[in-house]
Amino acid sequence: MPGFDFSNYNRNAALHARGVPLPKATSTGTTIVGCIYDGGVVIAADTRATSGPIVADKNCEKLHYISPQIWCAGAGTAADTEFTTALISSQLELHSLSTGRKPRVVTCMTLLKQHLFRYQGHIGAYLVVAGVDPTGTHLFTVHAHGSTDKLPYVTMGSGSLAAMSVFESKWKPNCTKEEAMSLCSQAIQAGIFNDLGSGSNVDLAVITADKTTLHRGFVKPNERSQKLKNYKFKRGTTAVLNEKIITKDDIGKYVSVHELEATEERMDIDP
Amino acid sequence: MAMFSQNPVLNGPNYSFAEVPKDSVDGLREHRFNPYTDNGGSTLAIAGADFAIVAGDTRLTAGYSINTRYAPKIFKIGGSTSSQDDANILLSVVGFAADGEALKERLDAVCKMYRYRHGKAMSISACAKRLSTILYQKRFFPYYVHAILGGIDEDGTGAVYSYDPVGSYEREQCRAGGAAASLIMPFLDNQVNFKNQYIPGSGVGHELQERERVPLPRNDVEVLVKDAFDSAVERHIEVGDGLQMMIITKDGIEERLLPLKRD
Repeated sequence: MPGFDFSNYNRNAALHARGVPLPKATSTGTTIVGCIYDGGVVIAADTRATSGPIVADKNCEKLHYISPQIWCAGAGTAADTEFTTALISSQLELHSLSTGRKPRVVTCMTLLKQHLFRYQGHIGAYLVVAGVDPTGTHLFTVHAHGSTDKLPYVTMGSGSLAAMSVFESKWKPNCTKEEAMSLCSQAIQAGIFNDLGSGSNVDLAVITADKTTLHRGFVKPNERSQKLKNYKFKRGTTAVLNEKIITKDDIGKYVSVHELEATEERMDIDP
Repeated sequence: MAMFSQNPVLNGPNYSFAEVPKDSVDGLREHRFNPYTDNGGSTLAIAGADFAIVAGDTRLTAGYSINTRYAPKIFKIGGSTSSQDDANILLSVVGFAADGEALKERLDAVCKMYRYRHGKAMSISACAKRLSTILYQKRFFPYYVHAILGGIDEDGTGAVYSYDPVGSYEREQCRAGGAAASLIMPFLDNQVNFKNQYIPGSGVGHELQERERVPLPRNDVEVLVKDAFDSAVERHIEVGDGLQMMIITKDGIEERLLPLKRD
């Protein structure tokens, strides 16, 4: 049957008549953008995570790995963007292994939208999917309800209007890599400074046919200022009401203690 | 849920195709208007031995938007002219900006009338009581603000009075108000009133002596205020852009404007 499907109209009208409210679209604080250029694609994100009006994380990562040449920027519920991208990344890797081909961006986008549509928007993931595959350079947005867009430049999240204002006033076709990086960075900064849900730094990823470069902290326009006073307390300022010292011999009564030789094996930690 | 079951045998028809969509179940629709908005921002006041500092950020927000980066929250009250050159009282208001503005205008008019009738400026204690009655007059449609009054009392000591939206008030050594009050107030308790600080080696367990409270010098207080706001900006999205600091002494009122982070 050609044309639109109106089969839900009567049901929805009847539900509305009985007081069921219309669906409401929501998005939580973030600015993410993407922009295609001649030879690849750039995606960028801010690094603020909020819970209500409180900043939960000042430097979080919103650029997610899908495959070496496909990356994803996520807005909305943090856990949903994290798990959805990880799940699809896994499926895409297996698919690539079984077909012996490089994963395609459309495949990733289709898997994401089918997964999100199945959960009817309850998975609050709003994504910008970008990458380069054997068919070319691609850039998509995927909404939590499953709708997708394919555009040369995209923005999402609560700072999407601020970011889009930069693209709509400065974007031009056939831009260079440097122009695309600068444009994305400026768009994120528009979000950082004009949207309360976005803040801190700009993370940026450049994807080309031969490599992906992740610029973590591409711009840091919000470094914390130095404290004017030293807040170190004198030792003994905090009251100690009770003190008990347990020696190694004593603890041996409750758990078994094994002596180990000191080795030079250090734990792997970030420098 | 029964509404979606589509099974007439179990719970009858859930809806009728003949029914016209209504806005509510019983046909009555209640219209609502919310007269209040939360405009964010934060304030802070500290009293010293011979001065009082009242400070606030200058950002004005609505939801995730910044309406302006410079909207002062600290006002001079009770000068003889609109320039407020001879004002002797500071008022800070945070919460709903329109109510804050209205409250400031009311209190300023009252103080000006007092000056006109008595030929002298209103004392801080008299103004404090009057502000309480102004707030309580609107007990059932309150000024949606957290007000803090700062000044110098009859003995020349710094005074800070803080209020709830309906007029309950108290004279205090320091007080934080607004969006980041819960972030700043514990810091003030510790750094101004030395709460949870003990003198090292002064005793064992419960015999330990509490660190004695001494009024802080003006410079130290200014440093505390700046550090408090820098930290609040880091963790609260509605605080930022600029810091307005007003310092009242027997010689008058000084104003300092400092930049804060703008993200």
